[in-house]
Amino acid sequence: MNTNKGRLPSSRTKEGAVYLDNAATSWPKPPGVADSMHHFIDEIGANPGRSGHRMSIQAAHVVYSARAAIAELFGVSDPLKVIFGINITDGINLALHGLLKPGDHVVTSSMEHNAVMRPLNDLLQKGVTYTRVPCSLDGTLNPALLEQAIQPNTKIVALNHASNVCGTLLPIHAVGEITRNKGLLYLVDTAQSAGTVPIDMETDYIDMLAFTGHKSLYGPMGTGGIILGSRVDPADLSPIKQGGTGSRSEREVQPEFCPDRYESGTANAVGLAGLLSALEWLKEQGIIAIQSHKETLCAQLIEGLMNINGVTLYGPKKASLQTATIGFNVNGMEPSTVGLRLDEEFNILCRVGLHCAPAAHQTLGTFPHGCVRFGLGVFNASDDIEQALSAVEKLAEEMT
Amino acid sequence: MTSEYGVVLVDSTSHALRIEKLLGMVGLPCKLIPVPRHLSSDCGVCVRIMKSDSEKIHALLNENKIVFQSFEVL
Repeated sequence: MNTNKGRLPSSRTKEGAVYLDNAATSWPKPPGVADSMHHFIDEIGANPGRSGHRMSIQAAHVVYSARAAIAELFGVSDPLKVIFGINITDGINLALHGLLKPGDHVVTSSMEHNAVMRPLNDLLQKGVTYTRVPCSLDGTLNPALLEQAIQPNTKIVALNHASNVCGTLLPIHAVGEITRNKGLLYLVDTAQSAGTVPIDMETDYIDMLAFTGHKSLYGPMGTGGIILGSRVDPADLSPIKQGGTGSRSEREVQPEFCPDRYESGTANAVGLAGLLSALEWLKEQGIIAIQSHKETLCAQLIEGLMNINGVTLYGPKKASLQTATIGFNVNGMEPSTVGLRLDEEFNILCRVGLHCAPAAHQTLGTFPHGCVRFGLGVFNASDDIEQALSAVEKLAEEMT
Repeated sequence: MTSEYGVVLVDSTSHALRIEKLLGMVGLPCKLIPVPRHLSSDCGVCVRIMKSDSEKIHALLNENKIVFQSFEVL
């Protein structure tokens, strides 16, 4: 990627704080994202797909182009299979609540986020069952164990691609081969991986790819959704909301075609204008180049943390086996204290606690206290890592 | 008087945009317009094309597996 700092936004706030919370949401955004949203409000403005006049069509163009850019990113030929919602949680809820019926069974992992676990536990009350395949202490999954958990009534395998706690990459391709061989539907949560590692819906055998726009795709909050593969029949996938779509207005029942079947109400077109700009920037940089830059920083951080006495690191501890999200603890100090002191005394902004993923923390052995998480982004640089390591070292020294 | 235009009726604006993009790529002129009331009660848009291109466009849509409702003359 282009690492010319003069052309890239700074990963430091005006007060000089280092932003290391990119796993929650990326900041800053690439040049052009805010401008494109401003431009949409000032110059385009109309409701996309609701009226036939030129402003409305121009607005619809923006939404369609964002759809096409998402499709291209994941190797999908039909942009109309991209369903936008306000976030990835919308997409995951659509897949699980829309497809599962009483008596159905789901296989998932022990590294899932609550975006998957809470819908599953809600469905459990309605007669759907699930099996949680245990992952190793570093969060990795053995595909053979997952295969063993498949039952005759299994309908969906739902898998997190990368841990939001410690970055561990799960073997989505190997699991995809299993699900395709068994004729199951395969839902992949790419919240932490999309934009960070290459993902191809076809070659990874993904039937439903849930994505978020505001993390490593570098778009604004309020963008995300799910892409439906050819094996998902819209007749089997019920919409979880109904309403106006700008199409088939003479009928008072929900349309049966994509994306309208699942996109009722006015879209977040302003957000999608920002996402489109971010995706154009991402394409220009190239995911491989971004991956390489973040891997270098991740390796620097892992090595540095491993060399500090009194720090426990979680996950694979190897940059090539994870995303640039690192979970750790300063032995003897509560993560909440570490987080507050990093913020107030050392100008480091990160996230501590359970990260909406109690199951993952149980797997890693960090439940119920949680851990400290550094989420690196594409705009971080080596000096950010040095500052963070120096701060953690000082805190660890206090405890020894 | 007969118009030189035809329209492709589609399910939604997204479908119309997909067709517009495809026609743009092969250099065939088109424009998204509100669906004329006499053709459908739908409140959305359709793709206006040159009537003389109808057959070519019909084949192109089938070839690219793009769903449409019907071809109509204006």
